[in-house]
Formats: sequence, C-alpha cells, structure tokens
Amino acid sequence: MVLSIPTDRIPLFKALLHLVLFYPLINLYVDAFADRLGADPVEVVIHFTGMGAINCLLISLLISPLAKTFKLGFLIHFRRMIGLYAFVYALCHILNFLFFEVQFDLRLFIGEIFQRPYITLGMVAFVLLLSLALTSSAKIRRKMKKNWQKLHNFTYLIALLGVIHFYWSVKSDITEPLVYFALYGALMAFRRDRLKHWSNRLR
Amino acid sequence: MLIKSIKPSDSKEHQVTDEKIYLDRRHYLKQMGFLGAGALLSGNASASLLDLFGDETDTSLFKQRDLSYTPAKASAETLTPETKVITHNNFYEFGAQKNQPAELSQGFKVDPWTLTISGEVEKPFTLDYDDLYAAFDLEERIYRLRCVEAWSMVVPWIGFSLADLVKKAKPTSKAKYLAFETLYDPEQMIGQRNRRLGGGISYPYIEGLRMDEALNPLALMSVGLYGKTLPPQNGAPIRLVVPWKYGFKSIKSVVGIKFVDREPPTTWNLLAPHEYGFYANVNPEVDHPRWSQASERRITTGGIFAQNRIDTLPFNGYGDQVASLYSGMNLRNYY
Repeated sequence: MVLSIPTDRIPLFKALLHLVLFYPLINLYVDAFADRLGADPVEVVIHFTGMGAINCLLISLLISPLAKTFKLGFLIHFRRMIGLYAFVYALCHILNFLFFEVQFDLRLFIGEIFQRPYITLGMVAFVLLLSLALTSSAKIRRKMKKNWQKLHNFTYLIALLGVIHFYWSVKSDITEPLVYFALYGALMAFRRDRLKHWSNRLR
Repeated sequence: MLIKSIKPSDSKEHQVTDEKIYLDRRHYLKQMGFLGAGALLSGNASASLLDLFGDETDTSLFKQRDLSYTPAKASAETLTPETKVITHNNFYEFGAQKNQPAELSQGFKVDPWTLTISGEVEKPFTLDYDDLYAAFDLEERIYRLRCVEAWSMVVPWIGFSLADLVKKAKPTSKAKYLAFETLYDPEQMIGQRNRRLGGGISYPYIEGLRMDEALNPLALMSVGLYGKTLPPQNGAPIRLVVPWKYGFKSIKSVVGIKFVDREPPTTWNLLAPHEYGFYANVNPEVDHPRWSQASERRITTGGIFAQNRIDTLPFNGYGDQVASLYSGMNLRNYY
C-alpha cells in the first residue's frame, strides 16, 4: 500500500501540524499565567518545554525511517517544521529558565551555564540547534550546497546531547531517561550504515 | 503554661488561605492530568510519558481533623497558601512527581499508628495515634521550609518540641544521635512497591540528627498544619520539621526514633553522597553540584510571575538559634 496526499493538500496538513505543535505551548502559558499549573508553575513550564524540544527532535528523526520503510514520501514535507518546533520549544525552555527560574539574574544565569555540566551540555545542544534553525530555509540550503547536509547531520548529535541533558538533570529515578535513550538508539539503528561509513572515515 | 520567646528570625502569622483556591484544587489537579495525558508531544508536564501506563488515583479524600493548640503570633512573612502546601510535595513513598503524593495518598490509614522510641534510653516508650496529639502540648509554629531543590515555602505547622520527647525518653550517656524511620508499608505506599513511582530510592526512608540538634528548641515534631491534622502527603500523622536544614531532613510519617551512639545512615546521603550530606544545613555558600544554593524561589500565591526569587540565608535565617551548634566545623566538608 502506498499512502500519499496530493501536493495541493500539503499546506492544509502543515496548518494542522502547526496547530498540533503550537497549541500545547499556548495552553501551557495560559495555564501558567492563570495559576493553574499547581504549586510550582516554574518547574512545570521548564520541564514541559524541555520535553517538548526532545520529543520534536526525536519525531523529526523518525520521519525519514517512516518515509523509507512505509513509502510515505510526503512526510518529508513536514520534517523541517517539526525540527523548527524543536528549536522553538528549546528556546522557550531556556527563556523560561532565564525569566522565571533565575528571574533575569544574568550573573546567576551565565554562572549556571558554565558551572553546571548538564546545563553546559544543554546549551551546546541549543547553540547547534540554533545554527540548524538559522540555515533551514530553502534559499540558504541551496547556497550552502554540500555543506548544508554536513551541518544538518548534527541533528543526531543534538538529539543525543538533549537526552543526556535530560538524564543528567533527573534527581533519582532514571526510568524515563532510559526510555528516551532506547528511543534514540532505535532511531539511530535505522542509520547504522551511515554511522558505519562515518566511523570508517574517522579511522 | 507555655512561655514563648519571639526571636527576630521567627515568622509570624499574617495571612489565611484563600478559600476559593482551596476549593478549586481538585479542578487544577485534573487540569494537570489533562495536560500530561493529552499532549503526546509534550511528554511531561505534571504527568510523564510513562503515566500512559496508568497510575492508581484514589479520589476519596483523606479526613483531616481540627486540632486545639496555642496559636502563633501574627507573621510578617507571607504564608504559602494551604492549597500549595498540600499539593506540592516531595514524598516519594506516594510518587516522585510533586503533584503525585496529593493524588496517590488519600487512602492512607494513619489510625492505628505506633511511634516507637527506643535505643540508648532509660525509658523507651511508644506513642499510639491518640498519644501523638495528647502526650505533649501542641503549639503552632510558622517556619520557612527550604527545599534542596531551591524552592521554599512558609508553613504554619502544629506540633511539639522534639526536645520534650527526648527528655521524656531520658537518653543514656551513649546516646549521641537520633535515627528516624518512615513507615514501610508497600501495600499502602505505592512508591515503595513500584520503583519508578518511588523515584528509585531504597525504603524505608531514614534520617538522623545529632543529639544537640534534636534538643534545639526549633526542632519540631509536627502533627498538623493550617489548624488541622497533617494530610498524608505532608507526612501524616507525625513528621519531623527542622527548619534550618534542607527539607529532605524533615522525615515524614515517622514510626521509629532510635537513640544511637554513632551517626546513622540517611537515605539521600546513601543514594548520592556527593550531593546530599548528613548535616544538610541550608547554606547559600555551598552549592549543590548541579545548581546554585545562593538563592531560592519562594512559592506564594499567584501565577508564574509571583514566584519571587530571594536570597537564601545561612541556616535558612535561623542562624541566631542554631549556628553555635556547628562552631568549629568546616561546613564545606560537613554539608
């Protein structure tokens, strides 16, 4: 079975996807401002947006295996948008930390980024993700030629750093981060040929 | 007769809980559940991705009783609303997410209860459920609670001095420390039978104090808050409150206090010794390896803009009363 959607319907599906990806974020902040997120809304908004970023990243990595395995080529049209939402969630995650956790105490903000290894790691992932977001337009992609793909292969590293950052931030029970490591491993297993190729070239 | 001396660092009563917020609490607990289950994308708000596997929620509310006690004087510090005090809890026995203890503990049975005082004492004794409220004079004390996770609350506790309990037991000369233990009852405490819900710590939860810390007048055995008996999520029926230490020292639902001759093991120290020490005194100078302890977010009423960041004070602002306990100790080493 080959499932596909007509090209002229893609904008419609994109609009729907925008709703699905953006609504939780709006809902989150409405609840946060209305004091409907329990006793500590700050913890909730930070965690929610962090998980949103990791989830979007992993979903974006799921697109090409799905497209190839089930011949769902049209899915590729949505990959960039999902990747950009990963960036939006990650940006909100950091802004939440700055606005609501450290409350514009820039010395504390910068101190925490450099002193806490798990935050440093998260920040590295964010800067890499920022570079992908900035180069995501079709125009820049054409200009960058082969380098574009090289840069955007960093998405594999970003997702890994994101999952490690999550694992490292957890206080005691690591079940959930381990599930994410497993998901990441499964997604990378689809790319084992390419990973092998890269590791051979490194030798 | 109770003689109370008010010290500058004491908190005083000031504000009553907004009844509307209190009555509304089920509503927003539900809201959070919706967020967690509904947003596939968002993985984890209050509920985690793994909550899709299903948690047991007992909806029958635990019954709290009114207590009679000597009230505290008016407070200059804003109290954390009752609804927040009883829905934002670290009590892994009932789930490691902050909202879970309030949801997963409502069927908890606290009567009958036995608190056993034993070890190096001349007069070991037990307190049953009724004794908890009758054996000692109850008084209200408004204390700041500083969590090691860098948030804080102000809570009107009701209880009695731990020192009174210690004196009643008549410790022998060998008694140097007190070892506290939480109830171990996996039937009732879902976190003790489910490793994921229980946050991966080993049970029963254990804590300890040095004898002079236990004798300090600030150390409180609490049986209530906001005028009523403790709800399960706050450590019913009896818990320790040591306000100059991080919250995890204030062990909940205590069934045993044993007087011992050496420093007893403590739960978080066993789990991550480089992050959590035996003393765990609130100290803005000594950071947690993964975050700063120099400041904290005070949880009060209102939404996300109302969670004000304030400087953390040495010994949580109780230095006048407790700093002398640690004179000559390097608090960087004894964190």
